[in-house]
Amino acid sequence: MKGHTLTIAQREFRSYFNGPIAYLVVSVVLLVLGFLFWETFFLFGRATVREMFRYFALLNYLALPPLTMGLLAEEKRTGTIELLITMPVTDAQVIMGKFLGVFGLYAVMLLLTVPYPISVGMLGNLDWGPVVSGYLGLLLQGGALLAIGLMASSFTDNQIVALFGALGAAIFFFLVDKFLPFMPTWMVPLAEGVSFDVHFEGMRRGVVALRDVLFFTSIAAISLLIAFRSLESRRWS
Amino acid sequence: MSDVMIEARDLTKRYGPNNALQDVSFEVRKGEVLGFLGPNGAGKTTTMKILTCFIAPTRGQAKVNGCDIYEDPMGVRAAVGYLPESTPLYPDMLVYEYLEFIAKMRGFTGSEAKKRIKAAAEQTSLEDVIAKEIRALSKGFKQRVGLAQALVHEPPVLILDEPMSGLDPNQAAEIRDLIREIGKERTVILSTHDLGEVEVTCGRVLIVANGNLVADDRPEDLRVRAGKAAYTITFAKSGKSDKEIRAALGKVKHVDVIKPKSGEKDETVFLVTAKGSEDLRADLFRFAVDQNLTMLGLVRKSAGLDSVFRELTTKAAEAGGGRKGARAARLEKARQRKRDREAAKAKPADDGETDDRKAGKEEE
Repeated sequence: MKGHTLTIAQREFRSYFNGPIAYLVVSVVLLVLGFLFWETFFLFGRATVREMFRYFALLNYLALPPLTMGLLAEEKRTGTIELLITMPVTDAQVIMGKFLGVFGLYAVMLLLTVPYPISVGMLGNLDWGPVVSGYLGLLLQGGALLAIGLMASSFTDNQIVALFGALGAAIFFFLVDKFLPFMPTWMVPLAEGVSFDVHFEGMRRGVVALRDVLFFTSIAAISLLIAFRSLESRRWS
Repeated sequence: MSDVMIEARDLTKRYGPNNALQDVSFEVRKGEVLGFLGPNGAGKTTTMKILTCFIAPTRGQAKVNGCDIYEDPMGVRAAVGYLPESTPLYPDMLVYEYLEFIAKMRGFTGSEAKKRIKAAAEQTSLEDVIAKEIRALSKGFKQRVGLAQALVHEPPVLILDEPMSGLDPNQAAEIRDLIREIGKERTVILSTHDLGEVEVTCGRVLIVANGNLVADDRPEDLRVRAGKAAYTITFAKSGKSDKEIRAALGKVKHVDVIKPKSGEKDETVFLVTAKGSEDLRADLFRFAVDQNLTMLGLVRKSAGLDSVFRELTTKAAEAGGGRKGARAARLEKARQRKRDREAAKAKPADDGETDDRKAGKEEE
């Protein structure tokens, strides 16, 4: 049964390399990241990659929705979803397979930045603890964003709608803690509680707190569950 | 009972206020090629989606290969090879890659998968394009990839939604041969609105109209039911008067109605209708010999399937002929609904329908 999920994930992962979107997103992210990071790196003269994590997390809000927009929307538009679902697979396996496929691509993108900390480590005395926790944070934050994108893609058969749905949600989770001074006091803890940046900040600095891990995993889990329900709803509509 | 591969009971599907399907019941046995016929939007695709567990019916039961669509959807899907309408494929994959993906999804790996892919590709003559991108294929080849995809796991049941649409006659003939070949030992349901298709490919026909099952029969029987065959018989003028010949003709077995027709000057022409479905040609020939008449021509004309189709689907009536109480009741319901709808519509719609009926009669 596990096999089906992985087969779908594998196909999804490979198909990214048959089209331009993955290449575009990955190269743009790496270019912008490289520029932002190295531009100021020598100015500060400190052996740390914290800033890289900050820029990467920032880019994720914009770069990940285009990766997920087609996952289900395009299959619904062309009708291939019908063939996929009428294989002996459960709807849950379809959702998980799709998620793992795009998550794999994202992991590759993260892997491509590993030379940065390595070169920083060669230039100075790099503390590897925060590097590991920073990557964990990026995996969690990105995973949650990808799950949200997959959910958006499950609602529609139009990729553009899915894209803007996912972008809207991503921008909400990004902006929600940026206006704290203008909020009524009772809303402040709420806004901080759902802010991606607030939950990412600890891991960026090298502190892995259970509540941050739980926050991102539950956002991902809830999004995937909703995507699953939305896919399943075709049966009864 | 064990050779019943598909069993549908009172399948009903509602989309909002619309009934896409209304109490459709049928059985398909092993080795049958069943044609699913009906105008667009009649419920063919809906039925197929239900049988492949893509959607659930609002009401009703169905079993495929002994597996219930509610209790064991994985069993149903494992037993079915499905080609959805308009053959959706992943355009960016190579044909081989795609079939490999399907084989994996069907649980085959390694050499077993290779063997199956090879067999399916051979059956559908895909060898030449196996390394091509699907998007680069012609419509006919895409259709074959869709078919190969449904054959990889050698399913006991094949469900094909309009497998011939968009194919040129040569391609259609190839696919048709393939389906007939497959249908020998397995069960095939195919939907189409091409009547010629059904006559040559299918051993049995279901006709749906407005979500109702209006006919379930062999193509030959359907034809008989809709209109008896008519014979045009031409004699050379002889000593006998037309009246005499006509009286004698009336005594031939199974002859029902005789109408004189105007022929050329030295000909006597009659239009003869048979009582049942028997072929009268031999009897008529013997009659001519016995009566010492010179027969110049004998033409048998049976109602085309398309007039049958038109009649059944526009009126949703007459079919079934009360052979089964339940079905008759359903048909009556359907007729009532149809009448209600027509009553609601303006007069011109009525006129249109009588015209249709007339056209059907004329073709007979």
